[in-house]
Amino acid sequence: MRITVNGAEHALDCQPDTPLLSVLRNDLGLTAAKFGCGLGLCGACTVLVDGEPIHACDTPLWSVEGRRIVTLEGLGDPAHPHPLQTAFIAEQAMQCGYCVAGIIVTAAALLDREPDLDDAKVRAALDGNLCRCGAHNRIVRAILSCHG
Amino acid sequence: MADPALVTVQPDGTILVRSGKVELGQGILTALAQIVADELGVDLDRIRMLPARTDLSPNEGYTAGSMSVQQSGAALREACARLRVAASAEHVAVVGRSVPRIDLPGKVYGTRRYLHDLRFPGQLFGRVLRPPSRGAHLTDLDEAPVRDVAGVVAVVHSGDVVGVMADREDAAGRALAVLEKVTTWTTSPTLPDEHHLADYLTSAPADDHVLHNSGDPPTATTLLARFSRGYLAHASIAPSCAIAQWDNGTLTVWSHTQGVYPLRAELARWFGLALADVRVEHVEGAGCYGHNAADDVAGDAALLARAVPGRPVQVVWSRQDELGWAPFGPAMVTDVAVELHAEGMIRHWRQEIWSNGHSGRPSSPANPPLLAALHEGRPAVASTDPPVQVGGGSARNAVPGYDLPGLTVVSHVLREMPLRTSALRSLGAHLNVYAIESIMDELAERAAVDPIEYRLRLLADPRARAVLERVASASGWDTTPGRGVGYARYKNTGAYCAVVAEVEAVTTVRVTRLTIAVDVGQVVNPDGVRNQIEGGALQSVSWTTKEQVRFDRHDVTSRTWTDYPILTFSEAPPVQVELIDRPECPSSGAGEAAGGPTAAAIGNAVRAALGVSVRALPLTPSNIIAAMP
Repeated sequence: MRITVNGAEHALDCQPDTPLLSVLRNDLGLTAAKFGCGLGLCGACTVLVDGEPIHACDTPLWSVEGRRIVTLEGLGDPAHPHPLQTAFIAEQAMQCGYCVAGIIVTAAALLDREPDLDDAKVRAALDGNLCRCGAHNRIVRAILSCHG
Repeated sequence: MADPALVTVQPDGTILVRSGKVELGQGILTALAQIVADELGVDLDRIRMLPARTDLSPNEGYTAGSMSVQQSGAALREACARLRVAASAEHVAVVGRSVPRIDLPGKVYGTRRYLHDLRFPGQLFGRVLRPPSRGAHLTDLDEAPVRDVAGVVAVVHSGDVVGVMADREDAAGRALAVLEKVTTWTTSPTLPDEHHLADYLTSAPADDHVLHNSGDPPTATTLLARFSRGYLAHASIAPSCAIAQWDNGTLTVWSHTQGVYPLRAELARWFGLALADVRVEHVEGAGCYGHNAADDVAGDAALLARAVPGRPVQVVWSRQDELGWAPFGPAMVTDVAVELHAEGMIRHWRQEIWSNGHSGRPSSPANPPLLAALHEGRPAVASTDPPVQVGGGSARNAVPGYDLPGLTVVSHVLREMPLRTSALRSLGAHLNVYAIESIMDELAERAAVDPIEYRLRLLADPRARAVLERVASASGWDTTPGRGVGYARYKNTGAYCAVVAEVEAVTTVRVTRLTIAVDVGQVVNPDGVRNQIEGGALQSVSWTTKEQVRFDRHDVTSRTWTDYPILTFSEAPPVQVELIDRPECPSSGAGEAAGGPTAAAIGNAVRAALGVSVRALPLTPSNIIAAMP
């Protein structure tokens, strides 16, 4: 099976029902997306498929064959950071950070599709992403600082 | 206590720091690095904080109780005082400044490895099948179909523990699904009726402790009120994880435990090893809010890995097991009985608490077994309370921080434990402060005095008064319906914290704003303290308005985020934190200070909005309706 992740094409020798999250983390060494619940209820595993955020934990590999996948690692790096990555550091927008990969990826898609963002819209877009440390308001500030 | 090896200087000038405290997402390594930088007069970027491990780090017990800056900070200061280091000529002090967290860049770029992300050469992926209910025992297991799953390396069976290891994580998942189908269990109901939990707690066999008794005994009861909460889950976003490896009779474990040394002692005891033959190394996991399943999963990994010597085995729990089998914050009942003088002043205050113990940590005095050891057949041990000298457990913050002429505090710690309980952030302070502050508002109303003014009349401590006065001014305090206040000094010895909550309440409660004033003594990292206070407050909003572990007579039923919902982004209110810096006072921890006062402020705001005191938590529609006359 072939998938394209962060611009690179990969041929994989995996069973087709293998969760995309397991492929990313175990076969491709891309560990930013996290396992949180396995049911698509917490958002820690969020990645972009053709620009749309999806839950990689309950997405079988076969369903994304030939599609364009982007993970947190593909958004930016210290030399070329995504504005959200810079903003999350500037706002110190986390505590443990386990939820942050999924949140930044979700927010990147939001910034791309929504020209007119406000506090309530950001929160609504993140309601599928859980944060237990209570960094919600810092995260919303960081995202709004990248808007416009 | 200080060990010279705590701080060492490398030939290139790098300073290596080995604290015994561990990063739990709270930013402690940054705060400790700031302390070292100032003590040595060097730039922060020369300092490298190393993870705690039992063969190299000082034994600083648990990272718990909001004690790390006091304990490890003091040890590091002492160690630094004995070092000769070439200081930077123009060192600018960093203690007291909001320096950025040292661990954040790796987290936003996805390059920092959590324990869950480690992949060692030859690593296997282990999964344990938990019993289908609390009282279940394994009667039959057909291993053959599990061994037939592609990638399966070994099946482990010991008592009621069954586990599987595979060379790929997805194969381990498939094998676990098969394992579930080939096991047969007996089962029997062992849990109390969740709809009559308070009755159970107050009637179960218990050890009774009189923790405080001062002033004249009461002669009458003017006001008597019963408060309660259910069990609370840690509900960290990551399920617990560990890696273990056996080599020639020695055991190495990588864990996100709060205490590498106590975990080592427990593993050595369980497997009959010398302490020197067990090494536990800390690797960061997701946010930790107390004694979660980190130690249990370390036991799982050690038990499985023993069957495959020489190979590292990583075990990750499922979300369902994390919400169902990790230790819970205990369900509690707190009664408050107040006697007033004829003039309306408080004559006597009695606080009485029923709860399971708040500590079932490894190597605590009763030696409670890790979960897999329990399921292997080791007898259950009911959790106990930490000593009063370190803040207690059930009775944490049960002593009101007010000047009271007579006070009695009694706790009843259950001798049986239907659901495993242990320390969850703020321990008993969540319900005790809720109860005390609720009564304070009722007394203020009887006296026809503003709630903040009423508290100030009973507070001589200037630091206590200052947080209340600050929160009043910062929140624009008035007695508009839907506003409430809560105050406590954490553990009666730690940080001072006052909260004003604003709510919209009809049958559901929506917290719309929190204003918090806090005094943690000397502030090492102002933004770090703000982050901890905000986080502690929002977690308390979640506990207080939404959370309750659900169960039937057989097992926990709240096993997913649908059944155990936590605060969402849309529900999180704005939080304004006012820091009162006191460089002349020793630092207190910030992590747990806001939990009790935030809960109390919300409860009082609901009372101000609806005119009823809701004394059963969480503040759900059914509990609110039940409280209405």
